[in-house]
Amino acid sequence: MLFAFILIPLLAAIAIFAGAPARKTALSAALLNILGAGYAASTWNCSCWNTGFQVLENPDIKLSLGLTGIGSVMLILSVIVTLAAVYSGKCPEGREKIWFASTMLIAAGAIGAFLSTDVFFYYAFHELALIPTFLMIGILGSGNRKAAAWKITIYLALGSIVLLAGLILAMNQMPSWSFTDLTAAPKHQNEIALLLIIGFGTLVSLFPFHSWAAAAYASAPAPVAMLHAGVLKKFGLYGLLVIGMKVAPEGMAHWLPWICILLLGNIIWVGLVTLNQKRLDLMLGNSSVMHMGYIFLAVAALAANENNSIAEPAAILLMFAHGISIALLFSLASMIERKTSTMEITQLGGLAKTAPALAFLFGLAGMASIGLPGLANFAGEVMVFFAGFADWKDANGQINMGWVQWTTIIALWGVVISAVYMLRAFRRVFQGPLVKSTETATDISICDKIPAYLLAATLLLVGFYPQIILQFINIK
Amino acid sequence: MQPHLIEFITVGLGILLLLLEAFTDGSKTRIGLIAAAGLAGILILELTACGNCTTPAWMERFYDYDSYARYFKVIALAATILVLLMSVDMKRVLSRYTSGDDSGTALGEFFCLPVFTCAGLMWMASARDLVSIFVALELVTIAFYVMVAYMRRNVGSLEAGVKYLILGALSTGFLVYGIAWVYGATGTMDLSAIDLTKPEINQTRLLFGLALLLIAFGFKVGAAPMQLWIPDVYQGAPTPVTAYLSVASKAAGFVVMMMVLEPFLMADSPVKTQLQTALYIIAGATLLYGNLAAISQENFKRLLAYSSIAHAGFLLMGIGSIDFTSVAFYLGIYLIMTFTAFFILALVRDQENSDTIDAFDGLGKRNPLLASCLTISMAALAGIPLTAGFWGKFFIFKSAIETNVSWWLIAIAFVSVATGFYYYLKVVKAMYWNNPHNDAPLKVPTITKYVIAVLASSIIIFGIWPQPILDMLK
Repeated sequence: MLFAFILIPLLAAIAIFAGAPARKTALSAALLNILGAGYAASTWNCSCWNTGFQVLENPDIKLSLGLTGIGSVMLILSVIVTLAAVYSGKCPEGREKIWFASTMLIAAGAIGAFLSTDVFFYYAFHELALIPTFLMIGILGSGNRKAAAWKITIYLALGSIVLLAGLILAMNQMPSWSFTDLTAAPKHQNEIALLLIIGFGTLVSLFPFHSWAAAAYASAPAPVAMLHAGVLKKFGLYGLLVIGMKVAPEGMAHWLPWICILLLGNIIWVGLVTLNQKRLDLMLGNSSVMHMGYIFLAVAALAANENNSIAEPAAILLMFAHGISIALLFSLASMIERKTSTMEITQLGGLAKTAPALAFLFGLAGMASIGLPGLANFAGEVMVFFAGFADWKDANGQINMGWVQWTTIIALWGVVISAVYMLRAFRRVFQGPLVKSTETATDISICDKIPAYLLAATLLLVGFYPQIILQFINIK
Repeated sequence: MQPHLIEFITVGLGILLLLLEAFTDGSKTRIGLIAAAGLAGILILELTACGNCTTPAWMERFYDYDSYARYFKVIALAATILVLLMSVDMKRVLSRYTSGDDSGTALGEFFCLPVFTCAGLMWMASARDLVSIFVALELVTIAFYVMVAYMRRNVGSLEAGVKYLILGALSTGFLVYGIAWVYGATGTMDLSAIDLTKPEINQTRLLFGLALLLIAFGFKVGAAPMQLWIPDVYQGAPTPVTAYLSVASKAAGFVVMMMVLEPFLMADSPVKTQLQTALYIIAGATLLYGNLAAISQENFKRLLAYSSIAHAGFLLMGIGSIDFTSVAFYLGIYLIMTFTAFFILALVRDQENSDTIDAFDGLGKRNPLLASCLTISMAALAGIPLTAGFWGKFFIFKSAIETNVSWWLIAIAFVSVATGFYYYLKVVKAMYWNNPHNDAPLKVPTITKYVIAVLASSIIIFGIWPQPILDMLK
């Protein structure tokens, strides 16, 4: 059954290549998937969803799919962002085939990865997105698209190859490649953890392996930026939580100081870089890199103490919230560019007067991204900070501040940084007097509103009622 | 049926075709089709008649038939059939440089020689004795000397022929000399009878002989530093022959290498460590050379030549970690993905009269299906998951990490894979990012069309489900 979620976008992509009406096919595939995912998520606990067959006997590898709690959350995220991505952006005349087919292929890869219950196919499905991304940015990107396309491709290829080394080293010690057989590796835990941190870290744009991300997102067509920043990037974090923590808990604890330093690099360093951006798309790209640091903080909290009960739910909730909010921001940014034909913040101004709906939605998404209460990211960030500070007292009630606690204290300043850049960008783009580029801008059409309201509503819903996501995760 | 009879039938087919060739006038493409059909029949015979083949007692000393032998025979037959089909579809270019016009009257031998090569390859897969290995290898190599230089009105082809002849002869010299030393040290030509525990075996002599053998095999498979001939010969040779060289000749080199080195890589061998170290060093150098030199190539055929060196590096790593199943598997899928690329290259070469990467500009617009097949092939060569090429590298890496080969080598190999992404995607880039130089749609000949479709889809099928190939090796 679960194969349908992968096959629908995959077949849609093939059909589009074969000549089916591109936009309609992609839309119906995305809608079909969202309906299916709603049903699947409501019954995720049922083992009837597990399916698969053996593709290799030695090593024992199965093409098996199943629904786990975290997997369900990521499935919902994937299908929502996919639907919004199909609606978003403006496809250049005559390039519909490659535009929508690539979007569908990337979506299929992401969904396949999150549904896999076998480490091999979890890894393999992720790479399905590699070539479509390369083509989309290279052909239809903006700005310095060729350099950006090469950069993201080489970085992701290198990252996934390091990751593969780590996975092979770990899985050689397991009875099979299935998720259910994952246990702490008896040997080489430090090496495994290091390789996984670098490998998954590169895919998540962990500092200092992050420099591909902002440039690629800024250059990528809207659907690719949305799917990549919103969904695919979560692949690495999901992997660290689901595989890394299982196979190398001691190794992860061993590298804890490094994880803490690097994640502060994301939050503070990249945060300051974001402050300095002059282009809206680069600012959003960098802010998405910065926010990865918070999720890493939850991973660090889990690495420091495996029994930290809120670290994992916090990470999942923030992954979901960030995915929705960044997808919404990229979608809106592409609308701003279409209306005003510029992304330079200094050349924009007063857009709220000519495009109030756009301004409202961007404000909402921006507030969500900086963690305003009532929106999904707030719930996630608060939980992350609680998780980070959870063990500040030891069993005897003595104050015992470790790496994670100090990191949390410094990381909190990131909230201030994001508030500064997001509010400043909002003021410069939407408020003040009208300028040349915004005078003739029109408000967004109903077609643009559909994906934006879909994502905005999700942000509000999860913000007020985070349990809707947390119900999928067992809080110990 | 006795397995060696199939090889006799193959040689017989070759002789028959030569006779037939002498008595036909006009275009000789028919000979190519008959040869391909004949070999297809032999392939079916190989797959069906030999379920429980046994070798007669008088042959046992130098001939053995097992699942590996059968697997490599299937590879040899499949490669030869594909080469013949490619030659038939590429007859215009071949004819232009042989008879000087489009008549195709001088192509008769070109369609017969691969059949003899195939017989040599098949025999080699079963040979279990240094002498019979040598004879089979020479049968293959001598036919190749002719085929490489076959386009006699083309300077490039002649140059390639001379280079290949001289270096091939040199490597043969090394091979014979090495065999002599190994025989001197172990006292036997029979590989299964080599007993390394005997006290009288002189390690220095044995190692010297093995070093000579490694050099000879290095020439055959294109391992650094014996790889220098590869780019020039590959570029100059007729495209089908290049494909044949890069798949069958390489596979032959590796088959022989595995067979000859196997007794010396056993756990009780006194020279195991030294031999493995040598293999690691050669593998590392080959990986670095092949991948780094490929980066700057602008000619697709040359790019594939460097890529074949790079793949030899991975295969050598597999031999170094004594995982012959993975090497055999890799060679099988290497056939599929390389032939996909070469079929498309031959087609573009025929119609654009150029084999640079520029010639592929805008192929995505001119012929989307062809472009997506080439994309699949490039993705497989680069080793992107869900293509068959990934499994090849995966198995090699897995056994390398399992057997704890040097961490340096593993690191080099992983960097090589990442480099590969760059130069293989350069072709994909040309096809989709760039605009075509002319908008005329490419004509795809019927045979090429079906062969490419079958090969490209099998890359995907084996990419998800590799077990069938491994089952052949059980």
